[in-house]
Amino acid sequence: MAEKTMLEAVHDAMFEEMKRDERVIVMGEDVGEGGVFRATEGFVAEFGPNRCVDTPLAEAAIVGVAIGASLNGILPIAEIQFADFSHPAFDQLVSEAARLYYRSNGTWNCPITVRMPYGAGIHGGPYHSQSVEAFYAHVPGLKVVCVATPHDAKGLLKSAVRDPNPVIVLEHKKAYRLYRQELPDEDYTIPIGVAELKREGSDISLITYGMMMHHSLKAAETVHEQDGVSVEVIDLRSVSPWDKARVLESVKKTGKALVVYEDNFTGGFGAEVAATIAQDGFDYLDGPVTRLASPDVPIAPFAGELEDFILPNPEKITTAIRKLASY
Amino acid sequence: MVSVKEIPGAMGLEREQLLDLYYKMFLSRTVAQRERMLNRLGKGPFAITGEGQEATQVGATFALRPGHDWVLPYYRDIGVAITVGQTPRDLLLALLSKSEDISSGGRNMPSHFSEPKLRIVSGSAPVSTQLPHAVGVAFAAQLRGSDEVALVTTGDGGTSPGDTHEAMNFAGIHKCPVIFVVENNGYAISVRWSQQAAVPDVSVRAAGYGFPGVTVDGNDVLAVYGAAKEAVERARSGDGPTLIEAKTYRMVPHSSDDDDRRYRTREEVEAWGKKDPVVRFQKWLEEHDLVDRRKLDEIQQLAAEEIDEATEYAENAPKPAPESALERVYAD
Ligand SMILES: Cc1ncc(C[n+]2csc(CCOP(=O)(O)OP(=O)(O)O)c2C)c(N)n1
Repeated sequence: MAEKTMLEAVHDAMFEEMKRDERVIVMGEDVGEGGVFRATEGFVAEFGPNRCVDTPLAEAAIVGVAIGASLNGILPIAEIQFADFSHPAFDQLVSEAARLYYRSNGTWNCPITVRMPYGAGIHGGPYHSQSVEAFYAHVPGLKVVCVATPHDAKGLLKSAVRDPNPVIVLEHKKAYRLYRQELPDEDYTIPIGVAELKREGSDISLITYGMMMHHSLKAAETVHEQDGVSVEVIDLRSVSPWDKARVLESVKKTGKALVVYEDNFTGGFGAEVAATIAQDGFDYLDGPVTRLASPDVPIAPFAGELEDFILPNPEKITTAIRKLASY
Repeated sequence: MVSVKEIPGAMGLEREQLLDLYYKMFLSRTVAQRERMLNRLGKGPFAITGEGQEATQVGATFALRPGHDWVLPYYRDIGVAITVGQTPRDLLLALLSKSEDISSGGRNMPSHFSEPKLRIVSGSAPVSTQLPHAVGVAFAAQLRGSDEVALVTTGDGGTSPGDTHEAMNFAGIHKCPVIFVVENNGYAISVRWSQQAAVPDVSVRAAGYGFPGVTVDGNDVLAVYGAAKEAVERARSGDGPTLIEAKTYRMVPHSSDDDDRRYRTREEVEAWGKKDPVVRFQKWLEEHDLVDRRKLDEIQQLAAEEIDEATEYAENAPKPAPESALERVYAD
């Protein structure tokens, strides 16, 4: 067992996959020098520039070339330096990677992994802070995971590399160096689409993912100590596919659901979770399915005061829990 | 008959190969005409074909090793599909969106060619998204130490999207074994080349990516073949990409939904009709004493039989089961 940050876990997952299977390569901007977050530190020395490829600054090409390479025996891990810059590659992800298997009636498949550091709370301003999971979770043919712990990052990234479909791995930037966690020495994977119960509880189900999972655990602790409210916290980890069964099972037990997400309120992925609970869990409910998210302003303004004001945090989550508990 | 090798302009092709080239052009034309006819008869809701561009499509593809090299065609490319080995039956099954359609099982529009066995990569509708894929395929061949090359086509309108620039730039940097073929038919639906680019020949752009670009007469099948052959040799021997711009003309409307009288004169269309690449190559073969009327009849009869058989087969083939629309979204 070794203690690792999430960033080190990401590094190790790729390193081990490249050792395990020589078809695996990484490609992206600055990856040769180790990448702006240093996720590929030492890769060129170990694997050479052919397997750790510095690309031109061209996101459509990063994803498009990865798609083509994946059709000819390579398993690319493409890095988009910040999720905000995946927009130039949107067409390649949505029209191409996602649809290739379906449109060829299952005769071509596209086993690419696209890593994207994402999320706010790091003074990234409006172009280094966005949550993009709802865009991609909307698209059949793509799989999307949101990781915020070292253990999940390593296990889910490895699953992504081994998956025969295009998988977008969203790594929350604020969680990169948040804390260290003991990771097993042996190879392990975490199945895509399986949520994790982070904290058991009986009064409210709190469904979340990404950085909001860490904030939600703090809030759950606070209301437990101060109000005696027992909150069950579920980390979705994957948003496409997502673990509906696990969520509904929890809501059946607690009768109340709070969905917390960092993205804008309107049309964020949590809206899908809330709608599913409202439709399929109606009989279990004795309170309004509640969403807590960022307001509908571009995420995130740069000044600390502005950014702090818009993002959900443990205090806002605590308030939302108390309100829901009062029903 | 004289020895073919002595004929200037035959690009080293033997008589049998020249006749094969002609057959593929003629068959492509036949398939296209049948597709538009079936559409007008109300049998398929949409057809998109490339009469007039056969010399470009067949000539360029003829330089490849089918099933070994890769092609990433666009919707106009019946000639590319035929040349690497798709049959009229394959194409008509797609036109009528039957479940046996190898390209997509009725999921994609007609003329979105695909077949892994022939290394035809499935394409989409957004123009030029296939160019980065071709570069990726070629890049992978390089990484794997294989001598495969990739040939990708697009239209003149297809030279404008960002993907085209990004793909060519990447290919230039890594010297990927890829051949970019621009089928410049002068129009992107109704938009003329002068509104698409400020240069007369788009091949000059290759210089900006660090590889050669050539402009050829796209209605001269041997000229196109010659340029492609050279490009394939360059690619295979590690010298990197080539951009081939073939100047040609689409003799039919953009698609079954288009009325080209809105944007081009009948005089213009008729003038290009006189430069029909299939007729032109037929004349060349006759002038060089490589075919006589009997041989031509034989070839044309063969194409007619093939297309009739394909039509009957495709019309009688089953449609996809409606509920299969839910299947094969994700690979297992
Ligand atoms: C990105 C994108 N924009 C618009 C269209 C609609 N469209 C389909 S074909 C076409 C014209 C393409 O012209 P060109 O590339 O010259 O090829 P041609 O049809 O002349 O063979 C347009 C505008 C599209 N398919 N994709």
